[in-house]
Amino acid sequence: MKPRDILEGKAGDKYFVLGNEALVRGALEGGLNFAATYPGTPSSEIGDVLSEIAGPAGVSFEFSINEKVAMEVAASAAACSLRSMVFMKHVGLNVASDPFMTAVYTGTRGGFLVIVADDPSMHSSQNEQDTRYFSEISRAPMLEPSDPVEAYEMMKKGFELSEALELPFLVRTTTRVAHIRSVVTFGEITGGRRQGDFEKNPSRWVPVPAFARTMHRELQQKLVKAREMSEQSPYNFVEQVGDKSPYGIITSGCAYNYVMDAARAMKMDVRVLKLGMTAPLPEKKISDFLRSCEDVLIVEELDPYLENAVRVLSQREGITARIRGKRDGLFSVMYEYSPDILKKALCEWRGVPYTVECVEVEALTLPPRPPVLCPGCSHRATYHAVKVALRKAKIKDAIFPTDIGCYTLGIMAPQSMADYLLCMGSSVGTACGISRATGKKVVSFIGDSTFFHSGVTGLISAYHNAHSFLLVILDNRTTAMTGHQPHPGIACEVNGMKAPAVDIEKLVKAIGVEFVKVVDPYDLNATVETFQEALGHEGLSVIVSRRECALVADRERRKKGEWKTFEVNQETCSHCLVCVTQFACPAFSSEERNVFINRALCDGCGVCAQVCPTKSIEVRSNE
Amino acid sequence: MSRNLQLVIVGVGGQGILTVSDILGTAAIEEGLKAVMSEVHGMAQRGGVVTTEMKIGDFESPLVAKGEADVILGFEPVETYRTLEKASPRTGIVTNTDPLVPPGVSLGQGAYPKVEKLIENMRNGGLKVIAVPALEIARSAGSTVAGNIVMLGAMVALENFVLAREAVEAALRKRIAPRWLDLNLKAFQMGYEAGKKQ
Ligand code: SF4
Ligand code: SF4
Repeated sequence: MKPRDILEGKAGDKYFVLGNEALVRGALEGGLNFAATYPGTPSSEIGDVLSEIAGPAGVSFEFSINEKVAMEVAASAAACSLRSMVFMKHVGLNVASDPFMTAVYTGTRGGFLVIVADDPSMHSSQNEQDTRYFSEISRAPMLEPSDPVEAYEMMKKGFELSEALELPFLVRTTTRVAHIRSVVTFGEITGGRRQGDFEKNPSRWVPVPAFARTMHRELQQKLVKAREMSEQSPYNFVEQVGDKSPYGIITSGCAYNYVMDAARAMKMDVRVLKLGMTAPLPEKKISDFLRSCEDVLIVEELDPYLENAVRVLSQREGITARIRGKRDGLFSVMYEYSPDILKKALCEWRGVPYTVECVEVEALTLPPRPPVLCPGCSHRATYHAVKVALRKAKIKDAIFPTDIGCYTLGIMAPQSMADYLLCMGSSVGTACGISRATGKKVVSFIGDSTFFHSGVTGLISAYHNAHSFLLVILDNRTTAMTGHQPHPGIACEVNGMKAPAVDIEKLVKAIGVEFVKVVDPYDLNATVETFQEALGHEGLSVIVSRRECALVADRERRKKGEWKTFEVNQETCSHCLVCVTQFACPAFSSEERNVFINRALCDGCGVCAQVCPTKSIEVRSNE
Repeated sequence: MSRNLQLVIVGVGGQGILTVSDILGTAAIEEGLKAVMSEVHGMAQRGGVVTTEMKIGDFESPLVAKGEADVILGFEPVETYRTLEKASPRTGIVTNTDPLVPPGVSLGQGAYPKVEKLIENMRNGGLKVIAVPALEIARSAGSTVAGNIVMLGAMVALENFVLAREAVEAALRKRIAPRWLDLNLKAFQMGYEAGKKQ
């Protein structure tokens, strides 16, 4: 699918769409007017699609500086009666939770959907929180699609539901909903450009304590209606697999898919209560279901959110059905589910043997293939320069706080330059703590997008509190890891208007930092020298290491046909392996002590040629 | 013939796996079949292992359980081998024979086994293996970047493959940009023939 197809796809036609694309099409059909985000896997493709089609679709869309701001932008647009959405990954909601909690108090006029993508198994995340608890803390109702079709339908209907209750709704996905493709039949697009209006009413929009008290009471009243909505919701339904039996399964999200596939494959007789509106829970529907069963299994990824609620409910209602789930160890609270986990658990639950028919092949120890920085990635060059500068300055015990982005891969050997990480923007604050606590030299790394997201506040605090460390801003002119979205440092076009760029050096200087220098990491010697200077500087210093992300640059160069690659001159090469063992561009391979550059992988950055002590790496002569 | 397929496609970031899965999904729609597929985005894509799992037919989840793959399409021999826990003796293996050695190997992190050994082991395990020198075939079709489409062709050549060759060709015409279409149709054709021969 191309992003344009999401907008131009015809009503009545079938498309093979990604969960995230289905969310966008559903939103457009549901009358979306306004959207904001900060990119985060597994939610990023929503923004990738919107950034291409928002203009022609008549939707206001922006990449905000971080999730908190995106939440504020979208919530206030919804208060002006526009149908709005904001989307982010699970940890993004941590950042945005402050405005979110209160946006539930004030409520909304236009439908307001908050899409949050969880990442069980942490494919691209630092933890695996369960966002469903946010619906409990905030009281926001929640929809939980289990596949692209439901994602599409829930978005389409979601604005209406949110408007009916005047409450923001959470739409919670997970990696295996967001990044699954299936066949969706499109409908008609509605909505588009619309002027919002703001009705002044401080008792509704300004939660000073006196008004907030009333708001909380009103919220509780809205929740009574919300529960009724959940009881009636077609997203909460019972499905029979096989024949009638006393066995039941309660499930939600993509766990439902594994349940259905496994139950059908095992030819089980079981009733399945599938919950799609999971806050507030349809207590009556659940009680009725429990009463109709003798033995109930609860299948949900991550925390026992449903299970806790169902156990409380059954105690309250005096229901005697046996309930099984994570609390009695049948499932783990960690990692995503799989068909295997489900098959095994269903077998254990029903007391049938679990069998797998596998092939027997000789077990070999295969070489691991973890993700690595791309060939030509400027981060590799920066890390190398810092290493050389530290060696020259005879500093052996420097500590390297790091941050969230491609450069976190600096954790891998031979760079091994990632010592501490908490969350987006944490490299700056943690550099303060570590340097003051240990008195050691601290070199901290942060990307350009992450610096804007939440590093800059840390830097202001560091300056004000007289901290002493070196902050390296790895400025590759994009938000690379999530798929190359723009950020405030990049001039671009937003909603048909020129969006100006914020100058990082000027910003850092304006804070008051005196040592601020910009380097091009592809110029290795100059970069090393500047790092040496910074390491000798007492107090706070900042180096902006600027070079466009290699993937973006490659795309441009390919278009222009300006391609070159490098090769190892086998005659002069001394087989020292410095390039392989210290720099380790993935385009290298070595056999015995002979080094080769894989032409298909080399991006022609030429940095290895500067690393080579015998100057044996040369531009490949053209054929 | 049952019109169900449980497929695992595996390879390395950048090998064009997503394009192939997109074409298969489009072909399934062409044939009026239900299809679900999982993709990998984000950090793992940076040179790491990329696995796409796909089910065509009456399934809800795209993920394939151990021993339940009908076909494993491997774009890289070691990655094919790594995926064998999804195979049963009935599974068809279609694998590229061109190794991509992980960069860690040069740093002493593991050794890359001989490709012939991998294929021999699979055959000794009773698996039917179609081994495709995709790079070479793609080169003679006109460009080394079409290796993924060569592999697609070899898979479609499997006996009783769930999707008709015509449907996959129609999907290629829909999904590949016009200026690359001829090259890709040729690569597909050559891959198909290479698959049929084995
Ligand atoms: S995407 Fe860009 S920033 Fe990320 S590893 Fe590759 S070259 Fe480096
Ligand atoms: S020039 Fe050297 S460092 Fe740059 S991509 Fe090619 S092999 Fe890697």
